[in-house]
Amino acid sequence: MKSVVIVFPASNCDRDVAVALQKVTGGQPVMVWHGDAQLPECDLIVLPGGFSYGDYLRTGAMAAHSPIMREVKTHAERGVPVLGICNGFQVLTESGLLPGALMTNANLKFVCRSVSLRVENTDTLYTHKYPVGASVVIPVAHHGGNYFADEDALDRLEGEGQVVFRYEDNPNGSARDIAGIINSNGRVMGLMPHPERVIEPELGGTDGIPLFQGIMERLA
Amino acid sequence: MKARIHVTLKSGVLDPQGKAIESALGHLGFAGVENVRQGKVIELELTGRSREQAEADLQSMCERLLANTVIENYTIDLT
Repeated sequence: MKSVVIVFPASNCDRDVAVALQKVTGGQPVMVWHGDAQLPECDLIVLPGGFSYGDYLRTGAMAAHSPIMREVKTHAERGVPVLGICNGFQVLTESGLLPGALMTNANLKFVCRSVSLRVENTDTLYTHKYPVGASVVIPVAHHGGNYFADEDALDRLEGEGQVVFRYEDNPNGSARDIAGIINSNGRVMGLMPHPERVIEPELGGTDGIPLFQGIMERLA
Repeated sequence: MKARIHVTLKSGVLDPQGKAIESALGHLGFAGVENVRQGKVIELELTGRSREQAEADLQSMCERLLANTVIENYTIDLT
């Protein structure tokens, strides 16, 4: 499986996710700078966490217009899976690859702790290794994870099984406790929690492993 | 030509920063302050285009980058 990790200025989880991909899938991801105009041939694109462009204007807004994002969009349209984690999720909503928006946390606090999540849809490329109804513990670390979409859009997401992860104890005011969503063709997923941080028991957990294993099984 | 763009959260969208400002104004002793909403002002200068073209460009800038129309409204003042 060939994976690509996009590196924006002030990405800070790019190496973590590269390590997770390498450890779980066995393949070394290619790191691609945001200013590049072309992507190498790949089976998966990851937009990592961080604070791209210092969160100027809105989180993810500048990165969404980086030169490489044109290529990411073209690939997504062709069906190449794109996974956005934390800031990567914000970039996906800002670029229109996922619906809705991620706003400042309702309590205005930066929230950095492990949270319990329900895997609402275990029939996706990313979550099929989790048992149905699974509850997992994955850390969050963000100031802008408050998911917003209008009621019709939320109903559509729920109706189509596009809500993939839901907080069991909402840390940020997110609409309908949404922590992660997938697009209508099931290829582009964004989530605020950091599965790449829970792949080692020594570092506090392993609930992120099934996500990366699942991707590998489907794409290898 | 100079343009000033105001970007504000849509009504109905929670504005936690506005709420915090409202609370801080209360702590300063300003009573009777309600519905504080925070927004952004972006100023820029446009050259080498007609007024008509400037208006079209500004609208496009707002739609594509300066505002996120899922959560924000914008107004454009061109002088």
